[in-house]
Amino acid sequence: MSLELIGGRILAPYFGSGIYVWGSIITIFMVSLSLGYLSGGRLSVKDPTFAKFGAIFIIGGALLAPITLLANPVMDFIFLRVEDPRYGSLVASTFLFAIPTIILGMISPYSVRLLVEKVEQSGSVAGTLYFFSTLGSALGTLLTSFYFVLWFEVNSIILVLTSSLICLGVFSLYLNASSRSKFLGDNE
Amino acid sequence: MNRPRILISMVPALLLASSLSLTKERTGILHEERSLYTRILVHKVNDLLCMKFTLVRSDSNQSCKDLRAPRRLVFAYAKMTMTALLFNQQPQNILIVGLGGGTLPEAFFGLLDNVQIDTVEIDQAVIKVAKEYFLFKESERNRVFAQDARVFVKRAILQSKEYDLVILDAFNGDYIPEHLMTKEFLMEVQRLLSQKGLLIANTFGTSKLYDYESNTYQDVFGDFINYKRPETGNRLIIVPQAKLLSEERDPIDTAKLLQTARQLEGKMAELEVPIIRYARELPRKMASKPDWDQNTEIITDQFSPVNLLRRQLRD
Repeated sequence: MSLELIGGRILAPYFGSGIYVWGSIITIFMVSLSLGYLSGGRLSVKDPTFAKFGAIFIIGGALLAPITLLANPVMDFIFLRVEDPRYGSLVASTFLFAIPTIILGMISPYSVRLLVEKVEQSGSVAGTLYFFSTLGSALGTLLTSFYFVLWFEVNSIILVLTSSLICLGVFSLYLNASSRSKFLGDNE
Repeated sequence: MNRPRILISMVPALLLASSLSLTKERTGILHEERSLYTRILVHKVNDLLCMKFTLVRSDSNQSCKDLRAPRRLVFAYAKMTMTALLFNQQPQNILIVGLGGGTLPEAFFGLLDNVQIDTVEIDQAVIKVAKEYFLFKESERNRVFAQDARVFVKRAILQSKEYDLVILDAFNGDYIPEHLMTKEFLMEVQRLLSQKGLLIANTFGTSKLYDYESNTYQDVFGDFINYKRPETGNRLIIVPQAKLLSEERDPIDTAKLLQTARQLEGKMAELEVPIIRYARELPRKMASKPDWDQNTEIITDQFSPVNLLRRQLRD
């Protein structure tokens, strides 16, 4: 959500701040998350480990960082080719945000797989997970829109997101290395 | 500064009260509309027709027209904007960002022969209201583009367009949209100006944003005329020859400004613009020292604490 909000700031210099810019961003995030959920679920079927879980965080985080360097050249490129700012912002959102968002979308279903031990628990685990994940999104939205964008540069916020995700990933790798079963139920 | 404002804000209230008791049908809301971007309200107090963008603030009139004297400029900042013609009496191309009731494009269009005016307005509903209620007439030489100004400016650079005069006057119900205040935007606008082109920006002088905004303009344009008048909270930033570095610009020639003002005086009478008084003031404003805190950061696409600052009043 934090990335989504910053997305508005990133696109504004090229495509304005019209309602269509938000439409583009939300569309691309929704589509990417849905693809992420699907592939995260598939990935979790075969031999789920904390190592792979950590890798998702690290790859997702690492894919955010290039936005800081590539945003302007990518948007320059698109601006020159797509006249209508509605489609321009849609294409730009796709190029800038789709891949990291797909990867980050894999986290939720993968977490469910790691946390569920018995089938009877699955509903409750998924519920708890949605609870924390959506509440976290709300917090990210609030902090980013109320404070971060006022205090920090857009690129700094992205780099903070990158480092937080990588830290979480490394923590998960550490969990994988130490006794696995002990920490189940203690994640997210 | 506060007291006259209170008094001024009481005037419409008194007018309202008196007109209610006398000629009830002459006062009231003529049109109300929720557009994609704001809430547009057209209201009339006696012969004064005004456009408002929100109801939260009572003094948020975007544009007013005196129906008895439609050419008369009601707002002080609009009158002050006419000083653009002191620096270039016959601009060929004018870009205006923000239409409102169409006051500025109409004023310039009425004054100048063979001028091409392009106005950019994001809100289609504002364009419609300007035409319907404020008698704004669009034509081949007085065009309106329903676009985001940032996008328009970027496109115009690609098309190598040039303007002798650019007026930044884009406001939503609150203040200037953030992406139209940044250093990068101002640099884009600078590229659109012709070699001797002039820039005028309408801003407010009351919040902490004033310091940041002033430093951002200074960073891009160097010295500028910081034009404030006691009757208004608006502050105009005027940059003659804005494409050049400050030291390359012609010094302001007081005698020449006055001479031009005298030539314009007749035309300006109808608009009620005291152009000679303005011409006397401008050289002094140019010479005056910055009256803002010069140690703030500047506003960029990356860093823009605009929302926070505009709520904080200056010390």
